[in-house]
Order: sequence, then structure tokens, then C-alpha cells
Amino acid sequence: MYTLTNVTKMYRQSKRSVTALGDVSIEIPSGQMVAIQGPTGGGKSTLLQLLGALERPTSGTVVLGESNLSTLGDAKLARIRAREIGFVFQGFNLIPTLTAQENVETALAPLGLQRAERRSRAAEALASVGLGDRLTHLPSELSGGQQQRVAIARALVKNPEVLLADEPTGNLDEETRDEIMDLLESLWRDTGLTLIIVTHDSAVAKRAERRVRIKQGKVHEAA
Amino acid sequence: MFATYLFREISNRRKQTTIIAIGLALAIALVIIVNGVAAGVKSAQSSILASIYGVGTDVTVSEEAAVPGEGEGPPRFEFGSDDGATTDGTTALSQTRLSAGFGTATFDASALDAVTAVDNVTAATATLDLTNSSFSGEMPDFSQGMPQMGDGQSPPVGGADGAGGSAFSIDSFTVTGIDVGGAAVGPLTSTSLVDGRGFAASDAGATVAVLDSTYATTAELGVGDTIAIADTDFEIVGLVSSTSADATTAANSYIPLDVAQSLSALDGQVSTIFVTAASSSDIGQIQTDIQAALPEAKVSTQADLASSVSGSLTTASDLVSNLGTWLSVIVLGAAFLIAILFTISGVSRRTREFGTLKAIGWSNARIVRQVAGESLVQGLIGGALGVALGLGGLLIVNAVAPTLSASSSVAPAAQGMFGPPQATQAAAATTEIALQAPVTAEIIAIAVGLAVLGGVLAGVVGGWRAARLRPAEALRSVA
Repeated sequence: MYTLTNVTKMYRQSKRSVTALGDVSIEIPSGQMVAIQGPTGGGKSTLLQLLGALERPTSGTVVLGESNLSTLGDAKLARIRAREIGFVFQGFNLIPTLTAQENVETALAPLGLQRAERRSRAAEALASVGLGDRLTHLPSELSGGQQQRVAIARALVKNPEVLLADEPTGNLDEETRDEIMDLLESLWRDTGLTLIIVTHDSAVAKRAERRVRIKQGKVHEAA
Repeated sequence: MFATYLFREISNRRKQTTIIAIGLALAIALVIIVNGVAAGVKSAQSSILASIYGVGTDVTVSEEAAVPGEGEGPPRFEFGSDDGATTDGTTALSQTRLSAGFGTATFDASALDAVTAVDNVTAATATLDLTNSSFSGEMPDFSQGMPQMGDGQSPPVGGADGAGGSAFSIDSFTVTGIDVGGAAVGPLTSTSLVDGRGFAASDAGATVAVLDSTYATTAELGVGDTIAIADTDFEIVGLVSSTSADATTAANSYIPLDVAQSLSALDGQVSTIFVTAASSSDIGQIQTDIQAALPEAKVSTQADLASSVSGSLTTASDLVSNLGTWLSVIVLGAAFLIAILFTISGVSRRTREFGTLKAIGWSNARIVRQVAGESLVQGLIGGALGVALGLGGLLIVNAVAPTLSASSSVAPAAQGMFGPPQATQAAAATTEIALQAPVTAEIIAIAVGLAVLGGVLAGVVGGWRAARLRPAEALRSVA
């Protein structure tokens, strides 16, 4: 469960400071599927970075379960990201020189698993997203939808508490978008993880249990 | 994961790997070649010094020749009016001198006792360096023709061409007097016997000679023949050659010291003392002690002798130690810079990749290790290429084997004034030697060390850059 209390995040741009999020308080219960919407520059990516332990707030607290992400050091934040949080990006962010299986294995590297276990878990994860026959393919040999499936497998292979998806269908056509959303939704239902999706696409947002809008750094619950 | 990721990056980012590896390879090859040539030049210097001064000689003692006074100069051949035999209007003249060469000083042989008495001197021997010069010629009998040179009179006849002309020949070669019962140090220690035998203690006082084999070939002499030194026939008992390839020995001929002193009218005189120290650490003290015992003497160590060597060997040495070293440093610096800049550029290009890895839980240390590992392997590839290139370069140097010449300005051998080229060469202690650049484990170790250093430097800088990346960069790129 996420608990954000009076969270403000400010950035310095040249000589002035910009408030990306202002005094945001929100709770996200475990197992919820949440869509975050809002205009470009409204603060939704900043919120995702705070939830993903990639940034610390300028003020306020971000708590994930028992961990206060606002005060932990870099090493502990990295450990939380390694064990509890999965990421899916709009641009897939696969490592171009690694095969699909090796890309998925990168998420297991920080957990200190043996190579054989890493390989078998990565193969299982790819099979669960329908890419059991594409283990040795490089990202450049896969379609956009397949690359996003690899990214989802990479995010889920470590069995995280939370899956954060930043515009996961932004680079896909409608048909592939629906396939990916079907996949994410079924994984969410099967695993019971917390799924938080940042999206511009209302068709994607509508599939969420809860919709949150961010505009000018403020959070509004959508109907 | 580390090895897999590293292998994939190295093999898939070939352009960067190739550029970094080639840059380092060129630099390392240059370092290997410069080091190899430097070692070859050093070896050539040692070899030449040994051929001139003998193996085991740590210190030499000689004396500076006095500046010639007015009317003094090189020894001259002087003939009286009654000298020579006259036949058919032609007077034949000949004269031989055995003397210390012009510019060579001799000193009392008791200096050897003073040197031997110095602490930590394990062996010392004295030599007398001489030049045997022979003049022979034919000229017309002027005593008959000159007074009659008047109107209608014929010019003098006779001489070498029968028409009043003259002809002269002047020959000289170097002779070194050796203490045949003395210590095993001195010029003959760097020679090997080619034919016959060397000196024995029983040769003292005997008219026996050992010849430099190169000179013997030129003079068409061999063991069993005789050679005239100061109008005295010496039996040639042995031929020696320098142990260093292509080098001649210090003198053209060697005779017992006591005979040399007697024939040159330099009884009790020597020109050089060769000294061996107990250990290399004693050389400085021995030099100081000998100088104190013999204030007039010129006491030289191997280092002093090396500085007295001139010629293309010295030019090569200077070239290697100056241009070569600086060129290596500059190219190495440039290669390191290229490796660092390319690594930084690679890290910048992979910002999103590293941001993604950080987002999925990779620690800074793991990412730094990955970047450093890639750079190290690129460095090692460059090192392997560089070693191959460098060894190829040394192979070419050794195949070409450029000839270097060296001459010593303080050579113990007497300076010859005349004579055939071979005699002059030996007399001036000029030696030619083919450069051979050795390949040593030390040079290979330096190359590998430099490759590792280049890789580590690039890796540390690149890793530091990657560690400074904020993980949010991965998300920002699509925000």
C-alpha cells in the first residue's frame, strides 16, 4: 500500500524552481489498478518516479508498505526497486545487445540468483507473456508489441508488489494496445499486485479500477 | 549476467571497441618498439664498451696527454744525410717507430700497485698502448744532381720512376702491451681465440704476438707467420676476435708488456690500468679512492666511458631516449584520452539503458563494475593487438638490423696516424654493430600493464559518469 502525505516535488530549471507536484496526499491500497491521467507536464511522470523510488520528494512522505521512501538511502532504494517494484516503459527500454531471455534476466541479477535459476525463471516469464519461442531473439528482431511483452516479463519475473507502467501502450497500434492491456489486466488479476498505469489514452484508463487526474501538480480523483 | 552482458556489449558495439582497441594497440606497440630498441641500443653500448675496455672492467685509469708545446707534435721520421742505401742514383730509405700514439700519455707502472692497494679492488692490470709506424720510400740521389743544375744540364735521374721522382709508403698499426701473467681483466677478456693460442705467463720477455683476426686477414698474416714490430720479428701465436658480433678488438696486435716497454723505450711505463671492483656498489668509492691515491690520473667508470662513446649509436640512443620516449608518452596519452572519451560517450549514449537498469534495481556499484569491465576488456584487446604489432615491429627491426657505429674518445688504444682502413678503425676504437632489439618478459609486462591501466582509467571515468546518472533519466526520456 502506498501512502503519500503532503508530497511536494520541486525541480530547479536554470535559476528558477518549478513545482512539479504540490502538496499531494493520496493512498493507493495494495492490489488496486490505478490509472493516472493528465496533460503533458502536469506532474504524472514525477508522481510515478516518486512511487517507483527513483526520486525523493522535496517535502512530505512517500511510504510503500513499511518503507518510507522519502528518507531511505540510495542503496536501500535500489534494493526496494529490485525486489518490490516492477517498471514498464513507453519505449520498452530493452537493452539492444541482449536477447529477450537475457533482458528478462537483468531484473534477477540484483537478487543474487544462480544463473540456471535466472534462466529458467526468465524463460517461464517469457512463456507467460506468450514469447516462449522468442527467447534468443534480440529486441531488434521483435515487433513493438513483442518488445513490450518482454518488458512486462522483465517487470514481473521477480514477483513484485507493485507494477508501474509509464504509457505502456503509447508506442503501439490499437490492436496491439488492446493485447497488451489484456495481458496486464490478466496478470494483475492473477497475481494480485498493485498496478499503476500512467496514460493519455482514455480507452486504457477506463479499464482501471480507479482513475486519478493530475493537473498543474495537483491530484484530482476522477469519476 | 556480468559476463554475458559484457560479451554482448563488446561484440555488438564493434565500432567503439575497434577504435579504442586500435588506439591503445598503436600506443602499446610504439612503447614496445621504443623499449625494445632502447634495450638493443643499451646492449650495443655495453657490447661496444666491452669490446673496447674488456669484460669485467669497472674502472679504467689513464692520464690526460699533455698539451704539445711549441715545436712539439706528432712523432716524425728523421733521416741523416748518410742514411739509406743508394743504388743507380736512387736512395732507399726506411724507418720504423714504436711509440705511444700522439695524444696518448704514459705513466709510471707503480700506479698499478697503488690501484691494487685500494679497498674492494679484486683485480687490476696495466697495458701499454702503442703505435707501430713504418716509413719506406725511394728518392733520387740529389747529392749528385743538384750542383749541376745549370744551362744545358740534365735534371737528376734515379728515384722510383727513374726520372727523378719519389715514392713513399707509410704503414701503421696499433700494438698493446699485455701483462701476460696479470689479472684476468683488460682488453683481451672480451675476445675469443680464433686460431692458435693465447698468452701464457711464460711468454713474458718473448717476441710472440697475438693478432686481431680482422687485422690479420687484412694484412694477410696467420698463426706461425711473423710480424715486424719495431724492426723486431714476432712470431704470431694466436688470432683473436671480439666476442661482440661485427666489432673489432681494441688493438691490431698484442705483445707481452715487458717487451713492448723495452722496444718503445718506455721502460716502467703504462698507459691504462683496468680495474675490477668487488661489487657494482663499490665502484663509486673505488673511483674516489684511486683518484685520491693518483691525483694526476684520469679515473673513469663504465658510465663515464659510455658518455665518451660517439657515433650513430649515440645518435640512436639519444633518439630513443628523447624522441622515442616523448613520442610514446604523447601517443599513450592520446590513446588513453581516446579510450576515456569513447567510454564517456558510450555511457552518455546509454543513459536510458543505465537508467533502466537502475530503475529495475541495479546498484551503482554493479553498473560501475559493468562499465569498468567492458573498458578493461577493450583495453586488453588493445593490449593483445599492441603486443602483436609491437613484436612485429621488433621483428622488422631485427630483420633490418640497422648498423650502428661507435667510437670512443678515450680509447686505450693508441691513435694511429696512417695505415690501412682496418688499422685506423681499430686504432680509433671505432666499432660497428648490428642493432638487435630484444623481446623481454619485462617489455611484454609493461605492455599488458599499460593496456590494463588504459582500460581501468577509461572504466573508472566511465563508471563514475554512469554512477552519477539519476535513475529517473530512464523515465524522463519518455515523459
